[in-house]
This record gives sequence, structure tokens and C-alpha cells, in this order.
Amino acid sequence: MLLFIIKRLLQTIPVIFGVTLVVFLIMQMVPGDTAQVLAGEGASQETIEDLREEYGLNDPLHVQYFDYMKGLLQGDMGQSLKNERPVIDEIMVRLPISIELAIYATIVTIIFGITAGIISAVRPYSASDMTVMVIALLGISFPSFWLGMILMFIFSVELQWLPVSGWDSVQHMVLPVLALGTAGAAIVARMTRSSMLEVVRQDYIRTAKAKGIKNYLIIYKHTLRNALIPVITVVGLQFGALLGGTVLIESVFAINGLGRLILESIRMRDLPMVQGGVLVASIIFVLVNLFVDILYKFFNRRIDIN
Amino acid sequence: MDQSLQDIKQSFKQIRKERRKENFKAFFETFLKNKIAVAGGVLLLCYTFVALFAPWIAPYDPFEMDLFNKLQPPSLDHWMGTDDKGRDILSRIIYGSRLSMGVGFAAVLFGASFGIMMGMVAGYYGGWVDAIISRSLDVMLAFPGILLALAIISALGPSLFNVTVAVGVFSIPLFGRIARGSTMEVRHMEYIEAVRSLGGNDGIIIFRHIFPNILSPLIVQGTLRLATAILSAAGLSFLGLGAAPPSPEWGAMLSSGRDFFFSAPYIAIFPGITIALLVMGFNLFGDGLRDALDPRMKS
Repeated sequence: MLLFIIKRLLQTIPVIFGVTLVVFLIMQMVPGDTAQVLAGEGASQETIEDLREEYGLNDPLHVQYFDYMKGLLQGDMGQSLKNERPVIDEIMVRLPISIELAIYATIVTIIFGITAGIISAVRPYSASDMTVMVIALLGISFPSFWLGMILMFIFSVELQWLPVSGWDSVQHMVLPVLALGTAGAAIVARMTRSSMLEVVRQDYIRTAKAKGIKNYLIIYKHTLRNALIPVITVVGLQFGALLGGTVLIESVFAINGLGRLILESIRMRDLPMVQGGVLVASIIFVLVNLFVDILYKFFNRRIDIN
Repeated sequence: MDQSLQDIKQSFKQIRKERRKENFKAFFETFLKNKIAVAGGVLLLCYTFVALFAPWIAPYDPFEMDLFNKLQPPSLDHWMGTDDKGRDILSRIIYGSRLSMGVGFAAVLFGASFGIMMGMVAGYYGGWVDAIISRSLDVMLAFPGILLALAIISALGPSLFNVTVAVGVFSIPLFGRIARGSTMEVRHMEYIEAVRSLGGNDGIIIFRHIFPNILSPLIVQGTLRLATAILSAAGLSFLGLGAAPPSPEWGAMLSSGRDFFFSAPYIAIFPGITIALLVMGFNLFGDGLRDALDPRMKS
């Protein structure tokens, strides 16, 4: 197990370097003169030259990347072009909100997804199975931002049960978390169902049935435990989708998280901020995947031992 | 001697043709048995029909403003109501199908072309070529959700074309991984060895012999990916990074409907339902294709 963790950790390092390289190169794709874009419209030639010097844009590409990496390793992601504050400071203010949103949405994904999947798989092709699967199909088909708007209309405007926007209290969190987590829950429900149906066909389940073990024990002790292992990977991947999805949901519910910061920065052509935001979110996703892989291995190992 | 070789080639061609016919028949029969998948296919046909014949189907000009009739609720004259400029929402949705579906198809085609090429080369050559390509795909997969697409748009600037490119790039690793895995499965098969021993070069082996044999999982993923691509493109347009007003692209329509959503919710409700039905169609059709083309992956 320790060897596996070390191996996975070592595999993660080049991926993180790769991510920094891609983010760096994407910002080099800016059409025309990067310094001009950074300076904005109507900037004087002197400002443009200053920026070119400040960002080392006259240097060869590999030198620029080396400088960029040197800065990153010291926690320096550059300065925002909007307010000249360090990018990392701005990100650190907004990041916890997005992480919170993504974590709560993941919890919704797990609880609703697995419960719905179990309900479906216990009586396959029954009315309850069909109902859950139709809801799951709707869940993966509706755009999350649209669902957010509809939820807001029903619960905030018509019924006035919940606030329209913001992120100050539990009430504020309900709708954004539901809107973000629904698609993930639908995917996990489908995955749990098919995984459980796969396990039900195994010989050891047939043996358990032949031994006269009660049905609920077979489901919870033998089927579910084994069926949930592949679901762990799906949940890990879903966390990435949720982290990316925060951009849309934060925009709908006016939540001042990292996603909204990235979006505002794109609109203002604040490229260092976009670069920093995307990089931080990606590194978090890589680390979450690393954790999920270790968790997967841990559960698989337990099965091996059993 | 030449004549007999020709005869053998001819009979092989004939056998191949018949086998292909049989395979297609078997696929078609299996697919047709899946009523839900057929329903998905019918839904997609309807959308395609609407997109192709939009000028003949749409009751109004999608760009024609009628300020005396703005924000009208659904009625017999305007089945889905009118927007804040008095434009007919149904007509805009009908015309928008060309844009939204076009972006989805173009993005998947873009992602699939690059991804399949990279995956086949990695799977076929193995070694350091595989290592470099696989790590590149891993890096692309390390970006959560649509953030890679957002980063690309931030550099290239907002436009529908750039959204297509960004969503396409975001699809590359998925196709790359599938193509790589499938190529690795078939590259040591006897028929590939046979082509190699007959002097077939790598290009011929990859494109003429490996590619047709790894197509099934790629077609399935392509169909399912269309659903994701359409959702992502709509999301990016909703954020104001894709189609610009007065374009009737569905995501852009949702975006412009936001300001009037509380007083006239139908402005955003109908484009949302339209997107969802199309996505559902691709999901149902894709699931059916998977069950019929690749029974190992059956859900």
C-alpha cells in the first residue's frame, strides 16, 4: 500500500508540472501583442513597454516559463491587472467558497446518487426503478445553470422559502448546492445501479442466497459493499466536474467564489488572475484524484484480504 | 498464378462484404429491439429535421423585433411567447438549433480527430511515443470540468468559434484514451501481423486496418460526448463567452432571458427544455448504440 501511495505521488508530480506548462502556454496563445492585451485598450506605448519588461515578455519562451515556475514555487502567481493585488491573495479569499460549494454538492451527489441507485437496483425493471432512472436521465440532461434558475424561480421568487442569491447562511446554500449536485447524483445513481446489478450476478451472491441469508443483508453486506468500489472513482471524477461547474452556478446565484472570479477576470482580460485561478483549481482536482485513487486501492485491498 | 491470386482477393472481398452486411443487420436488429434508444434516435431525427428546414418551419423571422409585442406569454400567435425585443421565441429556438447543434458536432469532430489520431499513434508505437502522448492526455484530463475551455477562451477571446475550439480541445483526452486502449488491443492481432508481413507500412496499418476495427467504442463515445459538448457550449454562451446577441444560440438566449426571468420565465424555460431534450436524445441514442455495438460495455 505504501509503495502504491509513493508511486501515485510520483506520478502526480509530472502531471502538476504539465498543468502549469499548459496554463502557461495557453496564455501565450493570446492573439497579437500580449503586452498590449495586458495593458488594455488605449494604453500608452510606455505602459506597454513597462508591462513587457515586468512580465519578461522580451525573453525567450523557455526563460519565461522558468521564471513563471520560479515564482510559483515561491507562491507568487503575479499581480492582478485589475487591482494590482497579488493573484494568490485574491484566490485565497475566493477559493474556500468554491471548495465549500463543491464539497456540499459532492455530498448531495453521494447521498442522493447512491440512495437512488440502490432503490433502482433492488427491484430492477419495477416501477420504482423506472421512476428513478427517468429522474436520473432528466438530471443529466438539464443544464445545471438552467436548473439553478428554475429552482430560484420556484423556491425564492414564488414560494419565497429561500434567498435568491449569496452565500451567507445554510438557506443561501441549499439551491446552489442542489443545482450543482443534481447531474452528479444522476450519474452516480446510474453507476450504482449498473454496478449493483453486476455484483448481483456474481457466484458469491448466489451462494449467500442459497445459504438462506436474509435479502437486506445480502444487499447491504455483500452487494453494496462491493458495488460501491467502482462508484468511488466516479465520485472522484464528479468532484472535478463540480469544481468546474461552480463557474456557472456561482454566476447564477451571484456567489463570490473562485469560479466567478475567473469569469470576471476573463471579461476584464485579467490574464494573470485567470491563469492563477485555473491553475489552483486544477491542482486541487489532481490532488483529489490522487486521494480517490488511494481510497480505491484501500477498499480493493480490504477485499483482497477478505 | 496472377489470375488465381485475383480470384482469392475477390472472394475475400466478397466474404468481407457479406460479413459487414451481416454485422450491420445484427446491430440494426439489436438496436431496434431497444425501444428507448429508438425513441432517442427519433428525437435526434426531429431536431436534425428542424435544423435543416428551419426557414420553412419557423413561423417568424428570428431577428425581427416587434417592440409593441415584447415579453408576451405563450399564445396561439406565439406558441412560446416573445422575448424582451418582441422576437418570437419558437422561431429563435428553431434557428438556434443550427448553431447549438453545429457547435456540438464541430467540437466533437475536432476533439475526436485529434484525440483518435493521438491515441492510435500512442497505442500503435508504444514506448516513449506512448509515454509522451499518454502523459499529455493525463495533463489535459487534470483540468476540472470546463475550466480548460475557459482558459482557452480567456486567451483567444469570446466567440462562438473559440467556444467550438475550446470544447473540442476539452474532448481530446476522452477520445485519445479510448483510441489508445483499443489500438493496443488490436495491434498484435493476426490480421495486423499479416498486413505487416505483406509489406503494409505503418500509415496503412493504422488508418486502413486498425481504425475501422476500433470504431465501435469511438462512435458510442462520440454520440454521448455530443450531449456533453452541447451542454458545455450552451454553458459558455450562457456566461457570455460564446455567441453574442442577437444570436439565437440557446445558451445565449438563456443568458439574455436572465434579466427578465422573474417576470417572464418562459424566455428561459423553453430554451432550457430544448437543450435538455436534445441532450436526452443523444444520451438515449448513445446508450442504445453502446448496447448494440459493444455488448461488453452494456449498462
